[in-house]
Amino acid sequence: MALATEAPPASPPRRKQRAGFVVRFRNRQIGWLFIAPFCVLFLLVFIVPIFYAGYLSLFQQRMVGGDVFAGVANYQKLFGDSQFWDGVVRVALFTAIQVPIMLFCSMCLALAIDSRRLYGTKFLRLTIFLPYAVPAIVSTLMWGFMLGVRYGLFRQLNQWLGTDVNPFTPSTTMISIGVMVTWAFTGYNMLIFYSALKSVPHELYEAAAVDGANQWQVIRAIKFPAMRGSLVVTIIFSIIGTFQIFNEPQILPSMVSNSGITTYYTPNLYAYNLAFTGSQQGYAAALALVMAAMTVAIAYAVQIHGMRKALNG
Amino acid sequence: MSTTAPEVPRSRARARKLYTVDNPKKSPVLTIVVAVFTIYCLLPLVWLIINATKSQGDFVSTFGLSFGSHFALFDNIAEVFTYDDGIFSRWLLNTLMYVLVGATVSTFLAALGGYALAKLPFRGKRAFLFIVLGSISVPGIAIAIPQFLLFAQLGLTNTPWAVLIPSFLNPFGLYLMWVSASDAIPQDILEAARIDGAGEIRTFAQVGVRMMIPATVTVFLFSFVSIWNNYFLPLIMLNDPKWYPLTIGISIWNKLGNTAGNSEMLQNLVITSSLLTIIPLLIAFISLQRFWQSGLAVGAVKG
Repeated sequence: MALATEAPPASPPRRKQRAGFVVRFRNRQIGWLFIAPFCVLFLLVFIVPIFYAGYLSLFQQRMVGGDVFAGVANYQKLFGDSQFWDGVVRVALFTAIQVPIMLFCSMCLALAIDSRRLYGTKFLRLTIFLPYAVPAIVSTLMWGFMLGVRYGLFRQLNQWLGTDVNPFTPSTTMISIGVMVTWAFTGYNMLIFYSALKSVPHELYEAAAVDGANQWQVIRAIKFPAMRGSLVVTIIFSIIGTFQIFNEPQILPSMVSNSGITTYYTPNLYAYNLAFTGSQQGYAAALALVMAAMTVAIAYAVQIHGMRKALNG
Repeated sequence: MSTTAPEVPRSRARARKLYTVDNPKKSPVLTIVVAVFTIYCLLPLVWLIINATKSQGDFVSTFGLSFGSHFALFDNIAEVFTYDDGIFSRWLLNTLMYVLVGATVSTFLAALGGYALAKLPFRGKRAFLFIVLGSISVPGIAIAIPQFLLFAQLGLTNTPWAVLIPSFLNPFGLYLMWVSASDAIPQDILEAARIDGAGEIRTFAQVGVRMMIPATVTVFLFSFVSIWNNYFLPLIMLNDPKWYPLTIGISIWNKLGNTAGNSEMLQNLVITSSLLTIIPLLIAFISLQRFWQSGLAVGAVKG
């Protein structure tokens, strides 16, 4: 505003120079003006915390003497920490079993819906997606109540059938969490596959029909290749999601007893407990960074693998 | 599909129900298989609705999928809103505030950024994209603990800003906006606006925004859901119940109601408040499906 009111008295050449600068700036760098707010936020919310965590991870909190510089001692401790590895192995195993089951279901459902052979396609599509809109806390509560043997359906089922099935024992809790996670995300992944299928050019199907291809051949030759890009994306996001499992094991212990959920059940739960109940922020920061690095490495590996497959195939 | 084609010319009446590649014969078997999966998806929601109509006594004593001895839904809702001096309304208002401010700002920033990436030249674009898209694969929870430690240092924890500021950042939204702006906005329309003398900001506001509406609705809706459903971030950032969102409030009630030795049982409150929490989201998704389904498609195809 101030500039605009001062502008008239200024000498013409200077104004011209200024305008020239503005034009050049506008042409080349105006993009930065648009992206600057995002950048500032990105620095504050992402980059700075990572570096700050890196700095904190070099310190240890001691009962006597407060924060002590410890070099890489936190990382050394972490690599020898059997509780940390217990969580990592549990989560890796969970990912290796749950993600393929969920994505297989998502793909089959996407194929079924894309086939146009269902009655009530729209209703089914929407209903399968709806769990995605339910917060993890609510889904854990519902499933916790339903599967629980104290108030839930399983108490009544066990009574009727004379069985003694408990979905929340140390050996079954992970399966129950798998049921919850699969419930929440199958529909979301289905929609991603379905979107990929919808983008297949119509002529391909007509050509296949003219050639007399049967349904399985159409699926194998046209539909699977169309979903390959989405498969890479969904695998990456599912791995990221399951690796940071936290909500379910954090909430469940307040609902069911003897579920086998420990304070280090998943790496994130461990980091949370270290930081907020054990006040070992330095160690928790190291753990968070190592988990982030592992997840990025796995996501990157999946992407490279997926791209190579796409190129070869 | 193709096997049904020869049947077509048999009779005129049949010809109307022509089975084509576009409109194949419906399959009851396939429908049943998918419907079974739909039951899995709906069962917990049905359970939630049924049990929100039961009194605490009925909840403990009756079968989970049958109604109680009397219809207590409205009693439960009244109790949810009056329990503990009506703290639930405060949590509801907090959640609305976090969601509306957070989703609006994050969608706006993603639209600005996505538009610039797609349509404006500037130095360092590739590096910017590489870093921001790379950040999507860093787990949100792994970054939340460092965020907490930093915000504690800045004195922001236990204020609404601690929940709002991280929610303003939506790298995946930026990606969706970038993809959709590249596809949906023809370069010559922008050139025409510029020749007419519109500045870059006016061009964006008057031409760009209008063409990015489906992606904008998608990004807004998905930020809306992720902020509404956010649990971990407010859990670590806040410890004053005054600033809790619904998710944390429900979890606190659940802990209270299940604590051994606690004489008060709150399960009817927990269940009814859970139902109240998900209803707005279900309505948003159902009423806006036309938008987000096409918006999601844009992202999926490019990805």
